[in-house]
Amino acid sequence: MLNPDLKLNPKLFDQDVEVKPTRHGYGDGLVELGEQNPNVVALTADLAESTQAHRFAEKFPDRFFQCGVAEQNMAAIAAGLGVSGKIPFMSSYATFSPGKNWETIRTTIIYNQSNVKIAGHHSGIVTGPDGATHQATEDIAITRCWPWIKVFVPCDYFEGKKATIASANFEGPAYLRFTRDKTPIMTTEQTPYEMGKISTFWVSDNPKAVIFGTGHMLYYALVAASELEKEGTNVLVANVATIKPLDGQTIIDLVGKTGAAVTVEDHQVEGGLGGAIAEFLGKNKPAPMEFIGLQDTFAESGKPKELIEKYGMGKEAIKQAIKKVIARK
Amino acid sequence: MIEELHDDKLKDLELKANQIRQLIIESLVEAGSGHSAGPLGMTDIFTAFYFHILNHDPKNPDWEDRDRLVLSNGHICPVRYAAMALSGYFPIEELKTLRKLNSRLQGHPHRSALPGVETTSGPLGEGISQAIGMALAAKLDNKKHHIYCIASDGEQQEGNTWEAVMFAAKYKINNLTLVIDRNNIQIDGFTENIMPLEPFRAKYEAFNWKVFEVDGHNIKMFVDAIREARSVFEKPTAIIAHTTPGKGVDFMENRFEWHGMPPDTQDVKGAPPKGQQTKKALDELRTLQGKIVSEHQ
Repeated sequence: MLNPDLKLNPKLFDQDVEVKPTRHGYGDGLVELGEQNPNVVALTADLAESTQAHRFAEKFPDRFFQCGVAEQNMAAIAAGLGVSGKIPFMSSYATFSPGKNWETIRTTIIYNQSNVKIAGHHSGIVTGPDGATHQATEDIAITRCWPWIKVFVPCDYFEGKKATIASANFEGPAYLRFTRDKTPIMTTEQTPYEMGKISTFWVSDNPKAVIFGTGHMLYYALVAASELEKEGTNVLVANVATIKPLDGQTIIDLVGKTGAAVTVEDHQVEGGLGGAIAEFLGKNKPAPMEFIGLQDTFAESGKPKELIEKYGMGKEAIKQAIKKVIARK
Repeated sequence: MIEELHDDKLKDLELKANQIRQLIIESLVEAGSGHSAGPLGMTDIFTAFYFHILNHDPKNPDWEDRDRLVLSNGHICPVRYAAMALSGYFPIEELKTLRKLNSRLQGHPHRSALPGVETTSGPLGEGISQAIGMALAAKLDNKKHHIYCIASDGEQQEGNTWEAVMFAAKYKINNLTLVIDRNNIQIDGFTENIMPLEPFRAKYEAFNWKVFEVDGHNIKMFVDAIREARSVFEKPTAIIAHTTPGKGVDFMENRFEWHGMPPDTQDVKGAPPKGQQTKKALDELRTLQGKIVSEHQ
């Protein structure tokens, strides 16, 4: 059942569950930060509305910098602002930023220890009809390998807003991952949120495996878990909202209880959430694992739900992975 | 306000430049690797910055109202380190740790390693943008300090450079002065062979910058150009400083072979044999006083 302590959305499993893009959480969080702190500034590279930075721009025009289609320049300007007492939030599509400008970020923001928050939008294959050029499916891998950065992957609108606000509460670089498509609201405003903590959204007696999900894919994991329970297989579903730092203690606890793990992400299975958990378990608590995500391929144009099915990332694929991982114990 | 440079101060700066060239050669030889030509070519300009232009406090490198000097082409950092040491940021003795384990003097400069280094740099084309970020922050905070950025000519080939140049013109970043080291060499050869930059001045003017051109070894001329650039209100300013790579060491001057290595690591055509290069370079420097000014005037 849904963890009663977390005040999750009671209508989560309804047919007409409310949907909203996580990027709206970015826009709302950014405006709230702008009101609270005059040092918060925002930059974008010709994607103000798409990344929802336009809302900040309308309210605080003097603190907003439109860089044009120039992601490297945006990153290095943000770096200069960030070492000068500002808290810059820079947004673009994740394939371009932190994709195209990866080295610029590495040198001028990360190694330079500048207080910049990098918002990567249009992540995952749920970017849909735009096609694989615009579907960021490597961004977790290329950000979490940087020293010192914190990597946030919010699961829904509310968490998107909370993660945005949380990222301003520490000094140093952060990566925030957002999606374009409207995705189900799983949490509520009251759901506790703590950076660097994994929380168990689905609890059950005598669980046989744990699903570690991140981002909007957590919804498919929860649907799979609820169906599996009706079919007699109990599992846990944990929300990994922060990929770095990784909440190792909770991973050990949950794998200790279940003895097997499935990771679920809208990202290449190499280097993302699955990679992060496999690295951790390999060192600390080896256990059988299965990986849901893009399997060494690019996706294509299509509707988000069609793509999730075609690329083997939907609830049926998750259920199969659970059965497989339990059989391997 | 930057004061006009008078003759007695000029003499003093020329002596300092000579000292800095010596420290550059000694620290590079001690390191056994690093770039020679660029640092020697930019010595007169760094001398002007650290001993006349910058409003700074070497004993308080994080002073909020200091002028910022951003070095975009980080590989010429031996000249920055030498100028910083000589002006009191750290003991001159520490220059011997350049490029060595546990040193604050990283092979390419790192902000967190050494107070007074404004940015981490090395990868090219990123300095102007960072300087713009600092300039925007100063404007937002109503601060009066000025941002200077030193860039190389080779890194003008980076797309990021022109992204920054466009942005600065759009936002009329007038609290930033860019100094471009036009020494015509890069690692693989002469810039005009590798990827031509000319007509160079016209490019910046077409991007709506105010451009000055100076002899980068004439300290007086450079200070005058900085003073004039500071008075421009309506647009960003760039000073193209024509320099001689390897300046001060005859066998290095204008030879791109010396872009990326110190004396006595290789035999180079037209230079003394390996093993005698350091001594020859230092000997030449000792006779340098006054020479740099007269030959360019």
